[in-house]
Amino acid sequence: MHELLQQIFSGLAAGAVYASLALALVMIYRATDLVNFAQGEMAMFSTYVAWMLVNAGLPFWAAFALTLAVSFLGGMTIERIVIRPVENAPVLAAVVVTIGLLLIFNALAGWLFTYTLQEFPSPFPDRTLFGALMTTRDLGVIGVTLAMLLLLFLFFRFTATGLAMRAAAQNPESARLCGIPVGRMLAIGWGLAAAIGAVAGIMVAPVLFLDPNMMGGVLLYAFTGALLGGITSPVGAVVGGLIVGVTENLVGAYLIASQLKLTVALALIVLVLVFRPNGLFGAAIVRRV
Amino acid sequence: MTMAEDFAIASSEPLAAGRDRGFAVGAWRSIAILALIAAAVALPFTLSNYHVFELTQVMIYAIAVLGLNILTGYNGQISLGHGGFFAAGAYTAAILMHRYGVPYWATLPPAALVCFALGVLFGLPALRFEGPYLALVTLAMAVATPQLLKYFDTWTGGQQGINLIKVQAPAVLGIGRDRWLYLVVLVVLLVSMRVAANMLHGRTGRALVAIRDHPIAAAAMGIDVARYKTLAFGTSSLFTGVAGALSAIVIGFVAPESFTLFLSLSFLVGSAVGGIATISGAIVGGFFIEFVPNIANDISDAAPWAIYGLTMLLFMYVMPRGVVGSLAGLVQRLQPRRLAAGEDQKHK
Repeated sequence: MHELLQQIFSGLAAGAVYASLALALVMIYRATDLVNFAQGEMAMFSTYVAWMLVNAGLPFWAAFALTLAVSFLGGMTIERIVIRPVENAPVLAAVVVTIGLLLIFNALAGWLFTYTLQEFPSPFPDRTLFGALMTTRDLGVIGVTLAMLLLLFLFFRFTATGLAMRAAAQNPESARLCGIPVGRMLAIGWGLAAAIGAVAGIMVAPVLFLDPNMMGGVLLYAFTGALLGGITSPVGAVVGGLIVGVTENLVGAYLIASQLKLTVALALIVLVLVFRPNGLFGAAIVRRV
Repeated sequence: MTMAEDFAIASSEPLAAGRDRGFAVGAWRSIAILALIAAAVALPFTLSNYHVFELTQVMIYAIAVLGLNILTGYNGQISLGHGGFFAAGAYTAAILMHRYGVPYWATLPPAALVCFALGVLFGLPALRFEGPYLALVTLAMAVATPQLLKYFDTWTGGQQGINLIKVQAPAVLGIGRDRWLYLVVLVVLLVSMRVAANMLHGRTGRALVAIRDHPIAAAAMGIDVARYKTLAFGTSSLFTGVAGALSAIVIGFVAPESFTLFLSLSFLVGSAVGGIATISGAIVGGFFIEFVPNIANDISDAAPWAIYGLTMLLFMYVMPRGVVGSLAGLVQRLQPRRLAAGEDQKHK
């Protein structure tokens, strides 16, 4: 029993990371109807930025804040330069472009920082809590994710920019007629997604160690989480991410060899898409033809 | 001369001229294609063994890209996981040769069958996935492929893979192994292109394109969307699987690490470069996949990925129809102008 609870808690910590990245994916999907395959590599790159800042002697949380700001600007720039031209292009073009971005970020990181594993500091002390049920690191990761969620909720619910962004995502034409600069809102959406992804990267790096391929598996789990929760629903993304984290941990611990972990993600994706394509919380997509 | 007659002459003559020209163009086309094939057959006898091997690889990639083009280009179903089908074909051939002593040429039909069945099986759930979702599922498949190959190690030899006996050319011909395999692969490539052309330029091809461009309208016109989409998946996987089998035969070795995500993305890049909805574009794609990463590797470890990424962006922005698609578009744009000019002269 004790071991099971331990597995569940460490699953929740991993799930919190997947949930953050899933949230970033959902934000971009809602705003631009795109699935951003480069989200994981963007997060990985942001983590390298944080790593450089920490190595330069900045205190951890200062580096954290600065990285989020840099990622936000980076995300906006990418939207403006790379994504805008394919906004209304066929799905294939959009997929190919984000896959291209994935490769470029991966290669850029490999070229700038080499492919060797780097240790990344954790901001949380390494202690066990509640009779060894969970570690402070796990608790810290879950706490940061929840805090981020709360901030995002407040932002979208109570600020004028948040309202404008929701309007721009829901109905770009009408929003434009109301005087909302839709293009700028989409860029802000990409910026926010990049910043959320950066949080995910920084939280997972102390566990996985930092290297250019760090986020490959994480991205797959995040996709699974986003689909499970319903790719249109931010709450769904978080719940889905947590479920995937716990499932992954339990399956890996009790059922099958851990080398098939990614295959479990594949099976989960297929199952969700076949039996519940809108996920747990997603809205059914109705198209007018 | 009455107006009606005038009209008849004016409209029939360019038509007849067009038909004559069409015949001439068709004949020239056949001659050009035959000449190209003759050149392709003669080529290995002028090159070193290593270059012949490289060209064989080019053709193998071309067959794989052709498979992807059928699915993604003509039918609009995005696959980022064709490396998985390539691996399935390669391992089918390798296991048959290694365990059961099947001669190499006899492994191609079973590999084709296995991959067709796999493609259909994968295509059935794929009917419910649209655009980006299918890309996602196939991406997951590409990532999972090496893991699965390692896991079922009683069949696949796990991490070490399977070493195969080197295929030898028939002694009668008196040519080396590389040249012989080149010719074998060339024949498979030509047959594949012919089969693909027959399929895509007829009823089936029109149905596939209609489904890609407007699934609802296609269904309303009586096209069995589910059947054609599954068929496209199976056929596409068949082509790519045959390419995989050829690659196992030519290289004489299979191992999980040859079938990573990079391979799947290579096919996508090759497809985008050559022209995603073309048949001959696959050859351009094959050249790209074989030579560009090799050249880039000399610069740095990261360079092949960077070049793939940049090429993807560049082609999507500048040349979304690929090299062959853009050339075809250019020819098409020039042709009616020439016809129109001819008509103008007649009226004077």
